[in-house]
Amino acid sequence: MSSNLIIWIILAPLFGAILNTGFYFYHIKEREIPQRLFSLIGTISPMIAFVFTLILFLDMKETGNTYTQDLYTWLSVGNMNISMKLLADNLSIFMSMFITFVGSLIHVYAVGYMDKDKAFGKFFAYFNLFLASMLILVLADNPVILFVGWEGVGVCSYLLIKFYHGKKENVQAANKAFIVNRVGDFGYILGLITLFFAVGQGDLSFSSLEANIANASNELLILSGVLLFVGAMGKSAQIPLFTWLPDAMAGPTPISALIHAATMVTAGIYMVARFHFLYEGIEGVGIYIAYVGAASALFAAVIACKQQDIKKILAYSTMSQLGYMFIGVGLGYYSSGLFHVFTHAFFKAMLFMGAGGIIIASHHYQNIFKIAQHRVNLPIISTTFLIGVIAISGIPPFSGFFSKDAILASAFAEGEYLIWFIGMFTAFLTAFYMFRMYFILFVAPNKNVGSPYVYTSKTITIPLAILAIGAIGAGFFNLPEILGGDHFVDTWLLQLNSKVLHMSHLTEWILMVLSVAVASAGIFVAYKKYANFDVFNPEKEDGLIGNKFYIDEIYDVVFVKSLQRLSVFIDKTVDTKIIDGFIMGTCNQFILLGKKVAKLQTANVRFYAAFMLLGMSSIFVYLFITLGL
Amino acid sequence: MISLTSYAFVSMALFTIGVMGVISRRNIFVIYMSLELMLNGLNLFLVTFARHHLNLDGQIISIMVIAIAAAEAAIFLSVIILLFRSKKSLDTDMFNTLKEGKK
Repeated sequence: MSSNLIIWIILAPLFGAILNTGFYFYHIKEREIPQRLFSLIGTISPMIAFVFTLILFLDMKETGNTYTQDLYTWLSVGNMNISMKLLADNLSIFMSMFITFVGSLIHVYAVGYMDKDKAFGKFFAYFNLFLASMLILVLADNPVILFVGWEGVGVCSYLLIKFYHGKKENVQAANKAFIVNRVGDFGYILGLITLFFAVGQGDLSFSSLEANIANASNELLILSGVLLFVGAMGKSAQIPLFTWLPDAMAGPTPISALIHAATMVTAGIYMVARFHFLYEGIEGVGIYIAYVGAASALFAAVIACKQQDIKKILAYSTMSQLGYMFIGVGLGYYSSGLFHVFTHAFFKAMLFMGAGGIIIASHHYQNIFKIAQHRVNLPIISTTFLIGVIAISGIPPFSGFFSKDAILASAFAEGEYLIWFIGMFTAFLTAFYMFRMYFILFVAPNKNVGSPYVYTSKTITIPLAILAIGAIGAGFFNLPEILGGDHFVDTWLLQLNSKVLHMSHLTEWILMVLSVAVASAGIFVAYKKYANFDVFNPEKEDGLIGNKFYIDEIYDVVFVKSLQRLSVFIDKTVDTKIIDGFIMGTCNQFILLGKKVAKLQTANVRFYAAFMLLGMSSIFVYLFITLGL
Repeated sequence: MISLTSYAFVSMALFTIGVMGVISRRNIFVIYMSLELMLNGLNLFLVTFARHHLNLDGQIISIMVIAIAAAEAAIFLSVIILLFRSKKSLDTDMFNTLKEGKK
């Protein structure tokens, strides 16, 4: 019975999407449908998915089974069979647990955020489809089905980023997200082909790939590992394919929350963890991944220190945290990396939802100085925002501390001291820029005394409160031994063969104290600088960091402009002069030939009759000679 | 007794006159009559040799040809009427729409 349940986890949000689409069309073509119906369908369907996941989780916890569900053979070419098969093992259930949970809360939040929007139904149709795609991605039993979800997520993010497609910038941001992701997808496809080529036997499910990987040549595996990671770079916004993530803030805030917390960006981490059997054999690639992660973490954190757009700061912080996750999975500590995905989902969703609430309350200002100038009283949002900021900064006992510390400790234990140092420094920067934002938004003195209270809708505050509990408590799911924990997440994800941290308790304590000290230092510096900052005299977004290291401009020159020139060259020179010339030349030759042949056609019946006579006579003569009559 | 060669000569003469008629005349009616002449020349040939070999196959074929020629006459005459209606003429040189440069 449980194995038949897997498909319903995907179908619930998918049905929601289909129903919402149908009703939305009815709504715009025939007559108005109350907003309540859309929000009911939109929020109930992810909740149903969550309930199904919970049932499966409890069942698997009880029995220790993993389930697969074979739906049908998708395509069968020669001896290659790709079946539409779903897999519910510990990893995919772990992922879909927090995806559906956080996803449901974001759906509820979106009801309040998108209130009275003209395209309310369309929004929820896209939103449900997004969740369904992500669930296909995590519940897939083979990399091809995973790719279906992978692309589905890409399409939905495109649709949602340009949700307000009246503005040109939004459409451009959506195109950028889609195109940059295509680069990554291309890497993923090539990596997949290389992997099949290397393994070369059995069907394509993860389990058979894992079983047959020992026969494959090491060089091909390294190639495929790197190419697959290119795919992960695109989806999870790592250097160099990260430029789409900050621009993706053009979409409404619930989308940012969904992209950054539950779906999309975690896909890359999940994929690397899912291919753990591949990356175990090729440690060099793993270390390369860890270095890319560390570089992205540092890079994003440095940029975030100068940003002024509240959503862009959060976007860069996501990229930075994703860097941490890649350090974890790259070094072979898959469960630590995924645990950070898990805790990050809670506090990042909460931060984005809080930011959305603030943006609504301050009449759609996004610049933190502007918001501070028009500060209003938002008791619940400011409290949850503070919780989120503390959690991401890594102060115990908030969840971010445990997961981030586990990753840093693993880097230290592996002897990758450079990565560890970068991680520590990034932790300092994280605490600094998050508290910079908090102090400017809520603490820095404001001349307008007595800021007015603004009522925030219940659908916004209730999910925030639930997520706040998660952000505080999620860390306790994977307490390290020295704090009396039982490593629940590590045990649950035992299938990933994660490395186990081997270090003395003393070192572990020292590392923990060190990371707390670093985070506190970041908070202290932010306090000194921004707690009494004059918000009416904002900083300027200039210099190398303020301009995001000119990465967008460099990409524009290197890729966009050069490609544009190339296509203009092909259009104006190669196409019109060479190819057209060749084809038109051939055509003209045929026309000339045709004109000559057409002279035979005299339109004179007597000539035709004479030709026939001539023809038949010659056949007769020929037969007479050859047959010797 | 008239010899076999005489029959053969008469039938070949009829056929050749028909061919020359088709090639050289412009009036559609005359072309059609020449066609019939070719058919009848052929019929005479078939009947002659059937009689000579005392085999009925050739006679049967010639009766078939006569029957088909009768059916053909019906179609041919109606086509000629239609052609005349379109151009008010029976001159084959008038029917040259397929020639390049003609409308």
